[in-house]
Amino acid sequence: MKPFAYHQPDQIPDAAKLLTTIEDSKLVAGGMTLIPTLKQRLASPPALVDLSKLGSLKGITDDGATITIGAMTPHAVVAASKLVQTKIPGLAALASMIGDPAVRSRGTIGGSVANNDPAADYPAGVLGLGATVITSTREIAADKFFLGLFETALEPGEIITAIRFPVPLKAGYAKFKAPASRYALVGMFVAKFADAVRVAVTGAGPGVFRVPPMEAALSENFEPSAIAAIKIDNDGLTSDIHAEADYRAHLVTVMAKRAVDAALS
Amino acid sequence: MSNVIGIGASPKRKEDQRFLTGRGNYVSDIKRPGMTAGVFVRSPHGHAVLRGIDKAAALASPGVIAVLAGEDTAADKLGSLPCGWGISDAKGVPMKEPPFPMLAQGKVRFVGDMVAFVIAETPEQANAGAELLKIDYEVLPSVVGVLEAVRPGAPQLFDDVPNNICCDWELGDKAAVETAFRKAAHVAKLSLVNNRLIGNPMEPRAAIAEYEPGTDRFTLWTTSQFPHVVRFLMGALVLNIPQHKLRVVAPDVGGGFGVKQFHYGEEAVITWAAKRVKRPVKWVASRSEGYVSDRHGRDHVTEAELALDENGKFLAFRVNTLANMGGYLSTFGPNIPTNLYGPLLGGVYTTPAIYCNVKVVFTNTVPVDAYRGAGRPEATFVLERIVDVAASEMGIDRVEIRRRNMIPKEAYPYQTPVLVQYDCGDPMGCLDGALVAADVKDFGVRKAASASKGKFRGLGYSTYVEACGLAPSRFAGRLGARGGLYESATVRVHPTGQVTVMIGTHNHGQGHETTFAQIVSDKLGVAFENVDIVFGDTDRVQFGMGTYGSRSLVVGGAALSKATDKVIAKGKKIASHLLEAAEVDIHFESGKFSVAGTDRMKTFEEIAGAAYVPHNYPLEVLEPGLEEQAYYDPVNFTYPGGCHIAEVEVDPETGTVTLVNYTAVDDVGTVINPMIVEGQLHGGIVQGVGQALFENAVYDEGSGQLLSGSLMDYCMPRADHLPMMKVATHSTLCTHTPMGVKGCGEVGTIGSPAAVINAVVDALSHLGVTHVDMPATPNRIWRLLQNASLPVAAE
Repeated sequence: MKPFAYHQPDQIPDAAKLLTTIEDSKLVAGGMTLIPTLKQRLASPPALVDLSKLGSLKGITDDGATITIGAMTPHAVVAASKLVQTKIPGLAALASMIGDPAVRSRGTIGGSVANNDPAADYPAGVLGLGATVITSTREIAADKFFLGLFETALEPGEIITAIRFPVPLKAGYAKFKAPASRYALVGMFVAKFADAVRVAVTGAGPGVFRVPPMEAALSENFEPSAIAAIKIDNDGLTSDIHAEADYRAHLVTVMAKRAVDAALS
Repeated sequence: MSNVIGIGASPKRKEDQRFLTGRGNYVSDIKRPGMTAGVFVRSPHGHAVLRGIDKAAALASPGVIAVLAGEDTAADKLGSLPCGWGISDAKGVPMKEPPFPMLAQGKVRFVGDMVAFVIAETPEQANAGAELLKIDYEVLPSVVGVLEAVRPGAPQLFDDVPNNICCDWELGDKAAVETAFRKAAHVAKLSLVNNRLIGNPMEPRAAIAEYEPGTDRFTLWTTSQFPHVVRFLMGALVLNIPQHKLRVVAPDVGGGFGVKQFHYGEEAVITWAAKRVKRPVKWVASRSEGYVSDRHGRDHVTEAELALDENGKFLAFRVNTLANMGGYLSTFGPNIPTNLYGPLLGGVYTTPAIYCNVKVVFTNTVPVDAYRGAGRPEATFVLERIVDVAASEMGIDRVEIRRRNMIPKEAYPYQTPVLVQYDCGDPMGCLDGALVAADVKDFGVRKAASASKGKFRGLGYSTYVEACGLAPSRFAGRLGARGGLYESATVRVHPTGQVTVMIGTHNHGQGHETTFAQIVSDKLGVAFENVDIVFGDTDRVQFGMGTYGSRSLVVGGAALSKATDKVIAKGKKIASHLLEAAEVDIHFESGKFSVAGTDRMKTFEEIAGAAYVPHNYPLEVLEPGLEEQAYYDPVNFTYPGGCHIAEVEVDPETGTVTLVNYTAVDDVGTVINPMIVEGQLHGGIVQGVGQALFENAVYDEGSGQLLSGSLMDYCMPRADHLPMMKVATHSTLCTHTPMGVKGCGEVGTIGSPAAVINAVVDALSHLGVTHVDMPATPNRIWRLLQNASLPVAAE
């Protein structure tokens, strides 16, 4: 790890100001991606801006038709939240499948969403539920937020403060874990609303994406059998030493069926 | 006497008190006054000409004390890293043995090859300095696979090693095998890959070296399984330090599995550097560094053929293997795929003719050497897989074909056609025991239950034997060993009757401090807590060859047993004097020396006291003191073995294999501590399951980059991958070791890969699948089913 300055602001505007004034400075939330990167000397920001003193970024609130999760809320808190378990059990289940207990205790929803790792779990939940990313300056719809491999719509100095999730009629997450990392080799989030069904894929490609043919089929009939014959194209999917693109494409269908099963159970 | 905890008991492990309370003393815990930090700069290329190194910017970096490179080792006339085995081809031509410089000279040959060593005041400064080194590489194409490496036109690692072949080794009667194949009613054939593994001990490698000008002595603390061997190889052959001027200490070591039983270049560089900079130097590897520098294991490509008569009796076995050595010859490298492989191809069967050819091949990968099992898991995998293939092709039940060919208990000692003679064993007994323990008779019910959930269930057998207790020195010498393979122990009885044992093996997780204390407690009648086991320090322990090859109890325990017997013999002489009785009338039992037929006796403590306060003592004929030493060189290997039965469930939708049941009935000879043996079997089985289902070291052909270079991409087995295992022993007692022990450190790893893969193949056999290469990952299984154009289970 190379030396860096460390800031721990207690106001969001102060944090934003530090980010914009110190070139190449980085936010640190739970640090579950950033700290290992620093330790391996793969990144050497001149300063870290730690969000842990920003109390307003923590906690889960029930807004009736939506629930809002503060950006600094750890995965373990979401997984154990009675509110989330009751209103969006699929999201609580997703949080319970991230990493390992240590990662779930430290890692945060805001950090995961801002990092937009192509195999992270939360992007599937955010996109699959059509959530809204609330930042220090604006609100961004999930469909406009994720822009590909580690890319998001966040502007320099913009800080995620919370994610607002609409409460679906049903939702489920099914994850096929990469054997070693336990990131999603393929993770499928399905959500049924009164007017629509959304299906989001993580792990299979360079970023989270939706599957319109599955959404259409499930809107007609929200059963695993409705999508059993829908195959997505291999093109653009990831191939690596663990799985080639055609296997990931196959798993999209298999795990989508299992996500629907989970939503129905 | 109270608190005697003897052979057959399962006391909690003595060493766990310090390990579980954070009081272990590992190399990275050690701090020396004035200590500096060293960082190795390693090749980022698989194969390149090293044109030059510009040290200037690094040397100018804050805190940097020295930058050392290959040219400096050459200037100091340091030796090449030695190989401990010299094998030869069929004509007696010795293997090609190119030099293995500790810091690269002229060329780099694998990603991770050491190029320079940067020493600074702190690790951070050493890292910063290392990043400023300017190294000029001319990148060459790499070759990483053995099939590619021997092809005409392949990149050549060494100018004088044509086709990258180090040695074209063979064993067995080729003509007899060919004759038998001509008469065969059936020939089973199998091509397979034995996947490359990375050991991943929990503690990364580390070392500290210090030079004391006042005494002209060096001390090296290192994460080693065999400090005396490091002292010999490094002192005598690399750095030219006299043995009495070099102390090597391997304190608590957090797991080895073979990875730490080699003399590594890092040890030599650090020891040499400590004198140059006149300060202690410390290096601790990162996990990532371990992946590209810890010696790897396995990595074979094999073609095997088994000839059978019409009744399924094995007539002959022919095996052709290409074995990957990596970029250089490591300490035991060429011995593993040859001497520890070919002689095990007889297995537990009466196959009369066996021929094995192994081409030992250099590639642009980390050097390959012994990893738990070392050669024997590879041999077992080939044999136990092809037995299943033959059974399937001939329509003979897999258990039945094994029974028809097994060596009967009465036929021991049994001379195989591949050098080794098994002293004892009962493979049929292990098989029968395992069939019951695994509830094989009700497997059909469980298979039907799986089928009702859309899953395929399979059962796999591995009936196997291995050669342990390395090794009879004369035998090893004939095969090319350049050292002896005995062990030594000193039993020091203190004046108050407590005992300190100095032993040449090394405990890094095996429970030696407990097992060896039980032997002493049992034999001397001394309380278990009054026995301490000292190991891992060349200044404290007389000599030793270390721990590997399941040898510690078999060879070291035998030396300990012999030394203990000498203590008893001397004690009898002392007692004879004190009790005024003839020596032949003195009996020693339960810690008491007594005169036969009388109630006159002396306790062990009284005898110890008399030995050190010799007022009433036969000084004319007997030396004072009570300390005895023994060296033990085994007369044969030991041959543990057994039967493993794996049961798997395959999800055809995703290709996921789940190990649902595992049963092992093993013959490990006398069991000193059943709890420790069970733990060794559990750990060994898990490592074999890891190879079968999860672990794979993958290199990129061409660039030589290690693609599975971290725990994110290299899948180690985890608790949730495994069922509760049923483990039992069915022992025959070794006929030539003092206590009848055979060793148990590697059996689990040797028996299990074949059992698991045989189960996977069984689960898929109804779909025409005849072989699955390791690891049987979901991706691989799914692809196998796709390529066979087979129906995937319906919703």
